[in-house]
Amino acid sequence: MSITATLIGQMITFAILVWFIGKYLWGPMTQMMDDRKKRIADGLAAAERGVHEQELAEQRAAEHIKEAKEQAAGILAQAQKRGAEIIDEAKIDAKTEGERLITAANAEIEQEVNRAKESLRAQVVDITIAAASKIVKKEIDAKAHGDLLKDVVGQL
Amino acid sequence: MSSSVANEANGPTAVEYIQHHLHNNSIGDGGFWVLNLDTLFYSWLLAGILMYIAYTMGKRMTADTPSGGQNVLEAIVEFVQQQIKDIFPGSNPLIGPLALTIFMWVFLMNAMDMLPVDLLPSIGQLLGIHYMKVVPTTDLSTTFALALSVFALIIYYNIKIKGPMGYLKMFLFHPFGKYLIPVNIVMTTIEEVAKPISLGLRLFGNMFAGELIFMLIALLGGASLFGLVPQIALGTVWAIFHILVISLQAFIFMLLTIVYLGMAHQEIDEH
Repeated sequence: MSITATLIGQMITFAILVWFIGKYLWGPMTQMMDDRKKRIADGLAAAERGVHEQELAEQRAAEHIKEAKEQAAGILAQAQKRGAEIIDEAKIDAKTEGERLITAANAEIEQEVNRAKESLRAQVVDITIAAASKIVKKEIDAKAHGDLLKDVVGQL
Repeated sequence: MSSSVANEANGPTAVEYIQHHLHNNSIGDGGFWVLNLDTLFYSWLLAGILMYIAYTMGKRMTADTPSGGQNVLEAIVEFVQQQIKDIFPGSNPLIGPLALTIFMWVFLMNAMDMLPVDLLPSIGQLLGIHYMKVVPTTDLSTTFALALSVFALIIYYNIKIKGPMGYLKMFLFHPFGKYLIPVNIVMTTIEEVAKPISLGLRLFGNMFAGELIFMLIALLGGASLFGLVPQIALGTVWAIFHILVISLQAFIFMLLTIVYLGMAHQEIDEH
């Protein structure tokens, strides 16, 4: 074994080959593989994040639905309450109105009765006077006896 | 393999056949200026293929839908990355491309071993090329080019991370503390020098031995007609086993490079 030009030539070849492969294969390829590794990791992280976000969204949606249900139930209860109130009020109103109407009618009836009594009295006096005057003819002073008769009628 | 050179009537003897196949096609003066043309040709060819693949794949790859070759390369790159992450302390932008290049290039050069031993040399013979060693890693020039490059990086990073004094201290006080400085120097020097030698010789030895056994198996068929059956059987078994060897040697070379450079990157521990 001696140092020959072949040895030196092979060393130079080796050096060039190392440089070339480093520049055109190792460098770009390791770079690309690192990038890909990073991209895969990012993608997985994004997927994880997506799943998490979906879970959160589902939770939020469930909360919203629950809230809405509660609200609806509240509104329904309120409405029922309000309806009952209105019915009660209406009942009370109707009752008072009815009572009022009854008293008014009663008052009117009384008035009518009174008026009828009054006119009846007057008519009875007239009739009595007419009848009496027919009975006793002209002997009786209409004026003097009229007062007396009025008295009698007033006692009716 | 049936077209074995030894099969010819007045062909070379077994020894000549093997020696012929272990001879590099080299030009030069036998001193420094020796160029092993076959080694250089096949290693450059494979380096060119690697560069082509690296360039086209680097341009064409997509992060979203990788397919085919990109998947294979990604698997290799990820494998190398994982080894570095497990072994290498800290980070160094050079270590990744270095380890990947060693793994792929050494693997491809080793894989030339899987071609029939006589296929390419026979074609060469037809074209008038008389010597051809197809597997670049059976040439010490290649394995030691890699090993010495790694060794240079080991020294460079030792000095860069530990500082010149720290590196010197490693030789003086490691592994036995300050009372055995002469022993320490010898021990550490051996330890350090053994790194490139073991790297280079392990790869060379494995590939050389593997190639040699392929040749011996090829000779079986050449010796007689009855040799054809064991030649095919043994050749198949050895080739299948060799798939393991070539991958393992490429992997070991890469792994030890990472380990040695990782050691160079560690701060010296005080005794």
